[in-house]
Amino acid sequence: MKSNKLLNMRYEGSARRSQTYRTTIVDKIWNFFSSVKVGIWIIVLLLVASAIGTIFPQEMYIPPLSDPTVYYEEQYGILGQLYYDLGFHNLYGSWWYMLLIAALGLSLIVASLDRFVPLYRALKKQRVIRHESFMKRQKYFGVTEVDDNKVELTSIKEALQKKRYNVKEEDGHLFAEKNRFSRWGPYVNHIGLILFLIGGMLRFFPGMYVDEVLWLREGETEQIKGTEEAYYLKSDGFILETYDNNDAKFKDAIEASGQAAVVKNYQTDSVLYKQVGERIAGTDPELKKIKEHPIQVNKPLKFDGYAIYQVDYKLNELQSMTFTMDNKETEESVGELTVNLYNPEKEYELKDGYRVEVMDYFPDFEFNDKGEPTTKSKVPNNPAFILNMISPEHPDGEVAFVAIKQNLEPLGENEYKMSFQNVDTKNVSGLVVRKDNTLWILAIGGAIFMIGVIQGMYWNHRRIWVRRKDNEIWLSSHTNKNWYGLKRELESVTNQTGLQMPIDQSEQKNRY
Amino acid sequence: MAQLSSNLLYIAFFIYFAASIVFAISLFGKKWRKSDEATHSKKWGMWGFTLSAVGFLFQLGYFITRWIAAGHAPVSNLFEFTTFFGMAMVFAFLIIYLIYKSNVIGLFAMPVAIIVIAYASVFPSEIQPLIPALQSNWLKIHVTTAALGEGILAISFAAGLVYLVRTVNQEKASKSTFWLEAVMYTLISTVAFVILSLGFEAAGYSSTYQFVDQNEQQVTVEYTLPALTGPTDGTYVSGNEFGPLVEAPAWMKGEKAAHKLNTLIWSIIGGLVLYGLIRLILRKRIGAAIQPALKNVNEELVDEIQYRAVAIGFPVFTLGALIFAMIWAQAAWTRFWGWDPKEVWALVTFLFYAAYLHLRLSRGWQGEKSAWLAVVGFVIIMLNLVVVNLVISGLHSYA
Repeated sequence: MKSNKLLNMRYEGSARRSQTYRTTIVDKIWNFFSSVKVGIWIIVLLLVASAIGTIFPQEMYIPPLSDPTVYYEEQYGILGQLYYDLGFHNLYGSWWYMLLIAALGLSLIVASLDRFVPLYRALKKQRVIRHESFMKRQKYFGVTEVDDNKVELTSIKEALQKKRYNVKEEDGHLFAEKNRFSRWGPYVNHIGLILFLIGGMLRFFPGMYVDEVLWLREGETEQIKGTEEAYYLKSDGFILETYDNNDAKFKDAIEASGQAAVVKNYQTDSVLYKQVGERIAGTDPELKKIKEHPIQVNKPLKFDGYAIYQVDYKLNELQSMTFTMDNKETEESVGELTVNLYNPEKEYELKDGYRVEVMDYFPDFEFNDKGEPTTKSKVPNNPAFILNMISPEHPDGEVAFVAIKQNLEPLGENEYKMSFQNVDTKNVSGLVVRKDNTLWILAIGGAIFMIGVIQGMYWNHRRIWVRRKDNEIWLSSHTNKNWYGLKRELESVTNQTGLQMPIDQSEQKNRY
Repeated sequence: MAQLSSNLLYIAFFIYFAASIVFAISLFGKKWRKSDEATHSKKWGMWGFTLSAVGFLFQLGYFITRWIAAGHAPVSNLFEFTTFFGMAMVFAFLIIYLIYKSNVIGLFAMPVAIIVIAYASVFPSEIQPLIPALQSNWLKIHVTTAALGEGILAISFAAGLVYLVRTVNQEKASKSTFWLEAVMYTLISTVAFVILSLGFEAAGYSSTYQFVDQNEQQVTVEYTLPALTGPTDGTYVSGNEFGPLVEAPAWMKGEKAAHKLNTLIWSIIGGLVLYGLIRLILRKRIGAAIQPALKNVNEELVDEIQYRAVAIGFPVFTLGALIFAMIWAQAAWTRFWGWDPKEVWALVTFLFYAAYLHLRLSRGWQGEKSAWLAVVGFVIIMLNLVVVNLVISGLHSYA
């Protein structure tokens, strides 16, 4: 044997585009991205970058309302500051991370095309008769001496066919092949990945993706944001259930957790409505009930490509406050009023000429830098009023500042006062409205990827060449992986046919 | 039922232990070998396999009875997941053994599975109620598939380790011998950590400290190991009155940083003591001590097993840890992907094995290089299990 070197069977030794054209810029870019080495570098860079992004929480996971410019330093010291300064707090949305993903996509396309085409051609027109040196330079190669025609090619052929090989015969030569489709696995899975990446990109096109927050109070009906005013959702109530702390099954775990209670269920009993006809300005829309659905975590309400998820809640949010107007001296009440905190009236008429004017309202009261009363938000977390109490004795009214546990008389001593009686609260469901029109392409991409990866990994492309030379029978064999499986198959075939078991030439080489 | 369940787990644990010893005999037991080498190894190998399979059945019994007791698939917290991961590893080993009949893989895979299950015992094992996000059929589908994928990939680690112990030149110290000992040391310090944790727990050790955290909140922290490093300006509240000897450095500001540092230091020290003792007894590197027993191991076959495990495990892992994960995340968290640390580390694992496959198939990284990659892959999987759950908190930190 002149050449001891085993044949490199990768891509069947066929020429790839990247090895043929090397002059223009397009060629150079093509050649760069066709390199598996470059591909691996892109994978490794993505891997390292992704890992770095988990060292400290990303910006989207830091507590809401905290300022990232100081949060990272406060929480994690100098390293946190450095993390923020380098832009790692928003790593997965950064331009360079996007660029890496784009490079990965390009590499997937170019490297696959560069290899698939020549490999397909080479495997399509394989010759049955192979050169002697080709056979000698396979990993498994064996020679059996036969004195007469005891060992027939037909019996070898049958043995191979029994092993589900596809056998071709030509002029005293056999070529047996199986599971060639496994060679397409990598290309199939790369197509799946490319589709997946395209799906990921589609999200940035308008209309493909809706993500809105919807706060819904018990008993109220709200237009569903993001549905182009077509749908309305009503809450028939928000339910929060906890596990029984004395439940024999979970008692120990709940005690050990140190929590007062463990939540079992968050649920919004919702009714979905669709608007019928055109809405006339200034009137309530005409609604048609579509369906009722208890929205729970893991069980979103689905309709028309949208899904509404249970994600948050507020218990006992203030809805209205009830006061009485009392004479301070006699402590006699002259009337009662209930203020809707979301929509207070300008004036509340009491009996016998008593009335209360709402001069100013601060739903979420605080004093600003200048010491003036102001409101943080429109949500009545801490309602405060400036009221004008009008009585027959004081037709111009007496001004009072009324807030939770506060009663001030900014313009001097009053004869009357507002006394807080009670509040009415409601539970509020925090819902998220989603539409994601990219899901189908992601699903197809993912499915194709899985098919390709299984096709490539769980089957092996095996080939066996047999030829008769004078009174010898030569047999050589190749597989792209799982040599152990090939070896066992060869053992079985040679046993049945009385051939010599081919030797593993790479082992021979190692030994000596 | 819960009691029966944990008893079955104990029994499985000890049977696994016995199986490891039997696999060791199949390779080491030369001196009192009556039959010839092949029959000896075949006979003891068969016993090792049978024991592993019986142990697996017991652990399956644990799994089923716990499922019945809890009313949900017992893969919902760190204890349950980690035990299941160990079980998946044993299952993967059984399959690989049926294909390759390799005793030496058993000698390495079973102890690693044992360490994983022992590590699980450090976490609270009470049956926990499911929070709303976990109440889904995808809990069992996603978690079991992901764990099975990781279990199969772990077999590639075991095979890689066999390859390295078999082939790394132990005659003189080198980078390879150093890192191989580092792997041994890491495994040993995990054992040390488990022994220390369970020991101090059995002794009822506990001390509580109070400190003001960076959000200016008064926080109490409970140490179940003696406090070597305490929180900055922490004060002793109750329990055992030891330490802290030093305060954790001020730049470590993460949640419970000082407590985590304390646990880490104990593991390192415990590992050093245990490793040192073993080295004193062996009087050579652990790798060098095992190497002679692997003299007859066919390194090419081991290399193939290592690769085969990745070839089988990679699609399973992708399906479970990425695809099923995305489907569930879309239902539970409104989006299929949200860059949660656990998600990212599943992606990192995926990318790593993708790189492994490309290096092997296209750049010819076989043998030692490939074996080192298999070791690194397992390190990434364990990072995702240990560090991401305990150190980086995210949506997945249920325990």
